[in-house]
Amino acid sequence: MQFKTDTSPFFFSTSNVNTLMLQVLLALMPGTLVMMYFFGWGVLFNIVLAIVFAVTLEAIALYLRKRPVITFLGDFSAIVTAWLLALTLPPLMPWWIVFIGVFFAIIIAKHLYGGLGYNPFNPAMVGFAVLIISFPFEMTQWIQPQSPGHQLYGFIDSLKMVLNAANTPDWDAITMATPLDEVKTGLRSGQHYEQIIKQSPYLQNELQNTWLYSSLAFLLGGLWLLYKKVIDWRIPVALLTTLAGMSFMFHLYDSDQYGSTLLHLFSGAAMLGAFFIATDPVSASTTPLGKLFYGASIGFFIYVIRTWGNYPDAVAFSVLIMNMAVPMIDYYTQPRVLGYKSALVPKKESRNTKQ
Amino acid sequence: MRKIWPIHGGVHPPFHKTESTSRSIGDAGIPPQLIVSMHQHAGAPAEPIVHPGDYVYKGQIIAQALKNRISANIHAPSSGIVAAIEERTLPHPSNLAGECIVIDTDHKDEWGKTAETGKLEAIPDYKNAEPDLLMERIQQTGIVGLGGAVFPTAVKMAGARQNPIKTFIINGAECEPYITCDDMLMRERSAEIVKGIQIVQHLVKPDECLIGIEDNKPEAIKTMSEACKNVPGIEVVAIPTIYPSGDIKQLIKILTGIEIPAGTRSVNSGILGQNIGTVYSIYQAVVEGKPVVSRITTVTGNGVQHPRNFEALIGSPFAWLAEQAGGYTKMAERLIMGGPMMGFALKDDAIPIVKATNCALFISSTSLHESNSSYSDQPTMPCIRCSKCMDACPVNLLPQQMYWHIRAKDMEKAQAHHLKDCIECGCCSYVCPSHIPLVDYYRFAKAEIRDQQEAQKKADLARERHEFLLYRKEREKREREAKRAAHKAALQKKKEAAARAKAQGQTTNTDKSDDDKADAIKAAVARAQAKKLARQQQNSADKHSTSDQTSTETAKE
Repeated sequence: MQFKTDTSPFFFSTSNVNTLMLQVLLALMPGTLVMMYFFGWGVLFNIVLAIVFAVTLEAIALYLRKRPVITFLGDFSAIVTAWLLALTLPPLMPWWIVFIGVFFAIIIAKHLYGGLGYNPFNPAMVGFAVLIISFPFEMTQWIQPQSPGHQLYGFIDSLKMVLNAANTPDWDAITMATPLDEVKTGLRSGQHYEQIIKQSPYLQNELQNTWLYSSLAFLLGGLWLLYKKVIDWRIPVALLTTLAGMSFMFHLYDSDQYGSTLLHLFSGAAMLGAFFIATDPVSASTTPLGKLFYGASIGFFIYVIRTWGNYPDAVAFSVLIMNMAVPMIDYYTQPRVLGYKSALVPKKESRNTKQ
Repeated sequence: MRKIWPIHGGVHPPFHKTESTSRSIGDAGIPPQLIVSMHQHAGAPAEPIVHPGDYVYKGQIIAQALKNRISANIHAPSSGIVAAIEERTLPHPSNLAGECIVIDTDHKDEWGKTAETGKLEAIPDYKNAEPDLLMERIQQTGIVGLGGAVFPTAVKMAGARQNPIKTFIINGAECEPYITCDDMLMRERSAEIVKGIQIVQHLVKPDECLIGIEDNKPEAIKTMSEACKNVPGIEVVAIPTIYPSGDIKQLIKILTGIEIPAGTRSVNSGILGQNIGTVYSIYQAVVEGKPVVSRITTVTGNGVQHPRNFEALIGSPFAWLAEQAGGYTKMAERLIMGGPMMGFALKDDAIPIVKATNCALFISSTSLHESNSSYSDQPTMPCIRCSKCMDACPVNLLPQQMYWHIRAKDMEKAQAHHLKDCIECGCCSYVCPSHIPLVDYYRFAKAEIRDQQEAQKKADLARERHEFLLYRKEREKREREAKRAAHKAALQKKKEAAARAKAQGQTTNTDKSDDDKADAIKAAVARAQAKKLARQQQNSADKHSTSDQTSTETAKE
């Protein structure tokens, strides 16, 4: 009797790429819902628009690259990218800005480099970086968080604003600076940190800060991902520890000039960045030690750019900077292999030792 | 309680052990034809010493180990007539053919009467036996490591006897899914195994003997513990169930915390490891005088009606074993020798079993992925560097990085990531969410690197030969010139002498002859020196080339 032949192993586990991606999407839910609760329909429109654009562009790119379209759309990676990018955009964004962001994320950052698995840079962050450089005004107009249940704009109004910018009222009337932005502007103008906090009705009580709630919701989703072993603990822990440590030290050194640890951890994109963006496996470091170094470096750059740079938040740029360093980090942080004394990369001579 | 050391990585596939443990070890009987491969062990194939038409008794040596090489004897598994000595397809990953002795059995299963043709003298009192006698016995009976590596046990034991052995580890982990031959052997023949262990104890005098058994085999742990109760120096250790704990280096780490340095053998670190089946063979060889003519083989999978363990004669075709297990079911689509993690698929069931065949797994191609019903419609996706393979790697490699470099055909980088330390256990492929056949990439790269090194060696040799040729031409030229110069000088002197003689006339006749003599002596000395010089150069050059040859020879080994 004849049999089929193949190579070992003949067993495979249950995990799939699309399962991993779906778990990430699920983990994004709490944070997304909290943001929708405070910022209204605009958040949802951003997400839906981004996903529609992303899936369409991905399908076109796959078709042009002669890849199996359905198979690769089924990995849900485009949806994850779109969703993450959408969460970083201010609500009620004109649709074409969303499109530009998604185009750069999916086409330029992902498919021009070879598609899933081959992109050296985090696609969502490339999209974000392009937008914040090209449209600095639109990208910083976060509408005022609403008191729960009282949305400033209904579904139809929001839709009109997204589709046609002419319907938008005066931005200044409905938007406000993000906490990090407000603190930064205040510090630049020579005010003391305490003063800024006191003057702002919004920042006065950090616990009433909507940003705090969304950060906590993202933290919750991130912890679930850790529990599910979808992501490794090293990158988020290293990132948040470094950010917390640096902000704590500087705040201790001069509490007038430097924001508090709480401000840095819970009022920007730190949680979203630490658990969902820096942990993108394709563009992140992959060795155990490398992950710690990668995460810590991102935390370091976030603090540096936030404090001394021009941008209010810095997750995107920090992640992109460290993306560049990944191949080097990975090469020099190889773990110690069983039966070897040190983790050093073997010298060329060792090629023949097996013989 | 003994401390159990953790290993890095590992996986927990569905183990499927119970299918084949519900029945006791059966006798597979005598197939009409036995196909005995000469490639049953690591090292050089054995050399047939019988001829077609010869009658052979059960236990008769039909092929001898090559002298001074790593090799092992092969015995007739049953009595009968040698039908042919020819190339047959072997149980090999590439389904290669190799030399086999084909025996038409006479179903008498008759042991030979003399030591040459059958059972050897039993040594029941092995504790007082000469170690050399026992070592000779292990060599004669063709025992090899039955865990799968089939390294000749005599060679391994000789190495162990030259090193102080602290720990003797008996490998009963049996971590591969489906395989239960060691489990059943421990359950049914524990007393014999203990005697086998004592023989090894007698030979290498270890400080301690540890029997490592995965804790998913409680019955084996119980019977072995009872069998070892009154035996000093042997301890049964239940270890956590995790694949690949049965890899000897992993098992050593689990039991002792010692990591065997890469590229060295465990005996150099004072540890000897033997498989349960090997120890049992040692018992049979010494106490019963029986050579290795059969082994316990698990016949299992949903492709056979009644999965079971059999004591099967070496050389029985797989089809014969399937018949003994109740025949095929509709599901028999694949035949795998070994387990589903490290075994290999065979294309034909007429292929015979060998000493390494611990399991014949007949199985449908879909049920192999039963842990993932949707597998069949999951194509291979790109690597997303999720590093699950890294977390699963028991050797602590970076499979994702090696894969990346191999895809880029950057073999040097792959080597810099310790490719050669990969044990091909399959954990990385097992966990990969993108279903990338990672192990295939590593096998490919290893072969590629081997080829490159081989080519490099050939190129080096060719270059050396060429350089030597140039050198030789140069030397010959020099020698010719030296000769010519010497000749010229001698001629010149002769002429001068002749001229002088002419000038001086006949008066100093004796002087002239003296001068002539002196010239001749000088010329002879010059020639001798030139020759000597040439010989020296020749010698050093020869030495150079011979040392090269020896180095390439050792490299080959």
